[in-house]
Amino acid sequence: MNKIVTSKGLIYEYYTHNDKGEIESKETALDDINIEITKGEFVVILGHNGSGKSTFAKHMNAILHPSGGTLLIKGMDTKDEDNLWNIRQSAGMVFQNPDNQIIAAVVEEDVAFGPENLGVEPNEIRKRVEESVDVVGMSEYITHSPNLLSGGQKQRIAIAGVLAMKPECIILDEPTAMLDPIGRKEVLQTIHRLNKEEDITIIHITHYMEEAIKANRVIVMDHGKVVMDGKPKEIFSQVERLKELGLDVPQATELAYHMKKQGIDISTEILTVKEMVDAIWQLHLKG
Amino acid sequence: MAITFKGVNHIYSGGTPFEKTALYGINLHIEKGQFVGLIGHTGSGKSTLIQHFNGLLKPTDGEITILGKNINDKDTSLKEIRQRVGLVFQYPEHQLFEMTIFKDVSFGPQNMGLSKEEIDKRVKEALDIVGLDESMYEKSPFELSGGQKRRVAIAGVLAMKPEVLVLDEPTAGLDPKGRDEILGQIQKLHKTLGITVILVSHSMEDIAKLVDRIIVMHRGKIALDGSPKNVFEHVEELEKMGLAAPKIMYIMKALKSKGLKVSTDVLTVEEGAKELASLLKKQK
Repeated sequence: MNKIVTSKGLIYEYYTHNDKGEIESKETALDDINIEITKGEFVVILGHNGSGKSTFAKHMNAILHPSGGTLLIKGMDTKDEDNLWNIRQSAGMVFQNPDNQIIAAVVEEDVAFGPENLGVEPNEIRKRVEESVDVVGMSEYITHSPNLLSGGQKQRIAIAGVLAMKPECIILDEPTAMLDPIGRKEVLQTIHRLNKEEDITIIHITHYMEEAIKANRVIVMDHGKVVMDGKPKEIFSQVERLKELGLDVPQATELAYHMKKQGIDISTEILTVKEMVDAIWQLHLKG
Repeated sequence: MAITFKGVNHIYSGGTPFEKTALYGINLHIEKGQFVGLIGHTGSGKSTLIQHFNGLLKPTDGEITILGKNINDKDTSLKEIRQRVGLVFQYPEHQLFEMTIFKDVSFGPQNMGLSKEEIDKRVKEALDIVGLDESMYEKSPFELSGGQKRRVAIAGVLAMKPEVLVLDEPTAGLDPKGRDEILGQIQKLHKTLGITVILVSHSMEDIAKLVDRIIVMHRGKIALDGSPKNVFEHVEELEKMGLAAPKIMYIMKALKSKGLKVSTDVLTVEEGAKELASLLKKQK
């Protein structure tokens, strides 16, 4: 079983109520989502605010339950209450605000919270905490108070807390939105390492297009639907389509797009500074 | 002169074991009508600095003059300074509290003791600037999207008609479209009303596109201060401070070091595309 996420016709609807408690309107936040995510993938989900990204993330962690269709996490149906703890143990979640998800006064206690709740043996907990904190590069802070850490460090502690539950998949809902460039880099490097070295499936939701460059796969959501799904190069080469969706492209891609518009025969599948420099150099040599 | 700092130090919790110096000997002049970008990584002193711009914090030592008033003078009304220098905090939508958008934006001008007509006029103008029309007036601010909420919060500051507008990361957490909308409106304010704008941002691309001056804070001091072209030339120094230059500048630099005749002070993708396209066409 190497499917981590299987979403079949997933629908999520909710109602808005007026002052008298009467139903005013019905909103469809997720509208027929059909996707599969396989073990070991690094998936980035893009979409403007309100496109349904976070709602989908909350379904993968069984915080929300489908109104229609099914969502399986490692084959477990999120609608079934009995699966709840197993789902949350397999697919851990990291949220946007680092200050909202740290609960203990000492880093090691915070990281131990998850496995403690799973009823893991104390010796095993200690081992897992030390390993997890080490993987995110925070060992020297293990006995520190989390409130003196930077945003990026706090997010790495939050990731360690999820890791200590030995998940197969980590879902990160805009974990870098509140961080400065250094903090963003720390978090990105950490999740790429987890993906490569620990074979943990990563589902990363972000508004920063540059963070999607190194993903295996990019999923774009709009109005509760999956509207694009492919490799970063396939997605970002569609500059106009992305702009229509209220999104952006990496700067190097944008540069290629503008040059192409001015009649230069350059590939639109350029994502990084290095690729761009090489492409221009080749054009120059051809001259 | 909008803002002048002379030898300003700021020490938090002075005389206690938690004493921490956040600003060291800051000298700074910001002219009226300037559009200034303020950058620096977390903990560099940016937030402490901007809280001095409207007297929320007072210097431990040194002198600060805001719109001609020395903020340490007993006669200086800090209330007046805070109306003339509008400060939009990070995540300002967390400060929305009223039942309707219109009432929320009215809060500032109401506290200024203005007439009802004047308040209504200002609220309408402010909401118009941020692109929220009449159909939104009576809605609850809590029904809005993140980008819209933030626009309401900014309108609340604009309704006080500030002469200086200080924004602390106004686009954090917004999607690209929301980001472009807010930045477009800030640019419009600066151009049409001539408001002095001080923008704190982590996005070098946004800063490069908008401002005419960049101030770089590092460890409580001003590390660099100049036009975007001048400041972004110091790529190595910026990187040591945990910052960077816009991506386009790295592309131009790399091409130049390979021997292509390109200028390295290109700030935006559009400029870069134009230059590279004309260079490649010339070859043919």
